[in-house]
Amino acid sequence: MFDSLSSRLQTIFDRLGGRGRLTEDNIQEALREVRLALLEADVNFKVVRVFIERVREKAVGQDVLRSLTPGQQVVKVVHDELVELLGGSGHRLAAAAHPPTVVMLVGLQGSGKTTSAAKLARHFARQGQHPILAAADTYRPAAMEQLRTLGAQLDVPVVGAAGQTPLAICRAARDEAAARGLTPLILDTAGRLHIDEAMLDEVRAIKRELAPHHVLLVVDAMTGQDAVGVADKFNQAVGIDAVVLTKMDGDSRGGAALSVRHVTGRPIAFVGVGEKAEALEPFHPDRVASRILGMGDVLSLVEKAQQSVDQEKAQELVRKLREDAFTLEDFRDQLRQLRQMGPLDQIMGMLPLGKMLRGAPAELEGEQADLGRFDAIIASMTPGERRAPEVINGSRRQRIARGSGTTVQDVNRLLKQYAQLRKMMKQLKGMEGRLGKLGKLGGLPGFPMPRG
Amino acid sequence: MKFFSGLRDKLREGLRRSQEYLGGSLDTVLADERPIDDALWEELEELLIAADLGAPLAVDFVNRGREEVVFGTVTRAGQLRPLFRRFLADALAPVDRPLVLDARPSVVLMLGVNGSGKTTTCAKLAAALKRDGRHVILAAADTFRAAAIEQLEAWGQRVDVEVVRQAAGSDPAAVVFDALKAATARGADVLIVDTAGRLHTKSNLMDELAKLRRVIERQVPGAPHESLMVLDAPTGQNGFAQARTFNEAIGLTGVVLTKLDGTAKGGIAVRIVRELRLPVKLVGVGEKIDDLQPFDAAAFVDALVPEP
Ligand SMILES: Nc1nc2c(ncn2[C@@H]2O[C@H](COP(=O)(O)OP(=O)(O)OP(=O)(O)O)[C@@H](O)[C@H]2O)c(=O)[nH]1
Ligand SMILES: Nc1nc2c(ncn2[C@@H]2O[C@H](COP(=O)(O)OP(=O)(O)OP(=O)(O)O)[C@@H](O)[C@H]2O)c(=O)[nH]1
Ligand SMILES: [Mg+2]
Ligand SMILES: [Mg+2]
Repeated sequence: MFDSLSSRLQTIFDRLGGRGRLTEDNIQEALREVRLALLEADVNFKVVRVFIERVREKAVGQDVLRSLTPGQQVVKVVHDELVELLGGSGHRLAAAAHPPTVVMLVGLQGSGKTTSAAKLARHFARQGQHPILAAADTYRPAAMEQLRTLGAQLDVPVVGAAGQTPLAICRAARDEAAARGLTPLILDTAGRLHIDEAMLDEVRAIKRELAPHHVLLVVDAMTGQDAVGVADKFNQAVGIDAVVLTKMDGDSRGGAALSVRHVTGRPIAFVGVGEKAEALEPFHPDRVASRILGMGDVLSLVEKAQQSVDQEKAQELVRKLREDAFTLEDFRDQLRQLRQMGPLDQIMGMLPLGKMLRGAPAELEGEQADLGRFDAIIASMTPGERRAPEVINGSRRQRIARGSGTTVQDVNRLLKQYAQLRKMMKQLKGMEGRLGKLGKLGGLPGFPMPRG
Repeated sequence: MKFFSGLRDKLREGLRRSQEYLGGSLDTVLADERPIDDALWEELEELLIAADLGAPLAVDFVNRGREEVVFGTVTRAGQLRPLFRRFLADALAPVDRPLVLDARPSVVLMLGVNGSGKTTTCAKLAAALKRDGRHVILAAADTFRAAAIEQLEAWGQRVDVEVVRQAAGSDPAAVVFDALKAATARGADVLIVDTAGRLHTKSNLMDELAKLRRVIERQVPGAPHESLMVLDAPTGQNGFAQARTFNEAIGLTGVVLTKLDGTAKGGIAVRIVRELRLPVKLVGVGEKIDDLQPFDAAAFVDALVPEP
């Protein structure tokens, strides 16, 4: 539905013959589309209402930039406004004057508190600090074991024993942190509903006594309209300083980010992008704005591409794709470039058609490790084989495997991945037109894949 | 299903709580003396959207409401309430199917995205079936998440049901294989398999799940008898993509809608039922062992559009 909000808006403006200046009349219909896009992204309807008004005010009377069409102009206003409302990036969890710095995680059941606690511990440890975790969830079966397991993996101490109250555990953890000179102290609390007053009292009591420097609300990125009520209530009842948005590694559009930000006024400090302890990232409002609008993460893709794609090679690749002359050598170059940009599945996830291309990332997952082997395999091929891999039959495969010190399975895998990437490239080529428009908007460089 | 009898009130109570929280806004929107105008339609649409039905479905319902007004079958705002209740009931009705666990052993595969409530639901279901006099075994096939096995084991002890497990990090297919053997050997009635949470976009994890399914199929013909996707009620529009993808990859027999004791209404389930023809079979209304109910379409409609 959202492979291109901007092209849908453009259709509207084309029909209106709207040119020159954005007026109250000619953006009315466009704003309806924007509204639907935001609702589909799970932005709370009340937030959408306010947002649309702001966009209307900003957009009306604007001259359409020469480089843009009216549709693109509206998307640009919407996008800029989203970025502004999502707020500044990189909310740092500042260290307290008197250690330990105390960080408390709160949120609904299953939102990702315990996992995020471990991720934060790793984050701080990598900064050279010595964190300590408190397992203050005494309700969920094996909640303490969960945190203890994660702590052990990270070599971070975990305080908490069965039979104690959550408050007692937090106290003990603070004492231990002070005694051992450990900071920050990260409190993992039990999941609780925002309407469960008894459970809110518990967390309030912990807050009163431990006086955490940072109270983080952990919110699942897949949350729908309810995010507003949840965040508002936690903020009113407990008081929060920032938000951790988890499970952003899926394909949810993450509109909850805007809802939560709007209703609490608190920044989003971190984004969870996987189950493992390293899957924690700083929040980038521009990326989430693009994602909410369903434009994929075009802007960060652009950014990554700008950093790492050799422009000349990219142009060359574009030509080859157009002529369907993409060889194994190009494949090798491409893999190298992609590797510089980050794990392939992340790149694919950022593309608007990432969904359509699902399946490819897993196949290509081993690619990072395999690159050295791929180099060797391709080096063992004849120039003819590299240009026309179709000729590589069974006996040639054996020869190549022997020559490169790999196995026939490795050769097969490489050829399979090559074929797959080629297929992906063809699909991406189909997006050329649509992304071309966005390209103008964001000033896309000659990034090979989406523009192919 | 007799094992759930007498518990329906609890669901209603939970649902009532969420209505109170939203604060009778429907009463204002559909106050009988109110003229039926654009503002009313817009507010009505927003109410449906607020329940996570999704904009397309909300717009569709509202358009059908407008038609009734054009045809003259509806003339007062108050009449819209029964009308919308009917729309919802109609959307849910065709797939009102209960759990079917007649085979012996019956195998239930519990799956879904991370943190939705799979493990807890496995335990609740085991307890409910046990109360009903059935011999139940649980399989701890989430070998990935920290202490997932211990979590299920703790539940197993509480409800006094055997849990088949292996070491953390072992192959979930091997756990399932063992569990199926145990279930057959002990003449168990139901085997409930708890799987690791996974986002539907991760194809390697989806493949792993498909493999679990194949192991079950091979071992017990006709199984899994129920493949239930656990979805939590706060989930927004992404819930639809979840259901569609899990259904395509694994083949679902239904959905379990958890955490309905909060303020979220779980409206995305309506879209799942309507477009994918997948029934909601169970609902979770709390963290305790007996906080599981069969899905009751009428109660669900009541929660979305209450009777005055
Ligand atoms: N894919 C993905 N999964 C995540 C992320 N963060 C957490 N999870 C998973 O979500 C599930 C729930 O995470 P927990 O950390 O146990 O959540 P919690 O909030 O502590 O849960 P309760 O203590 O029961 O309230 C687990 O399966 C985690 O592995 C994330 O960023 N991405
Ligand atoms: N309020 C409420 N909480 C629930 C319900 N069902 C489960 N929970 C809670 O949600 C959290 C996650 O539940 P789990 O059963 O561990 O979820 P899961 O899907 O197995 O999680 P992963 O295995 O990590 O993917 C726990 O804190 C449960 O107590 C429910 O119906 N209502
Ligand atoms: Mg936890
Ligand atoms: Mg689980």
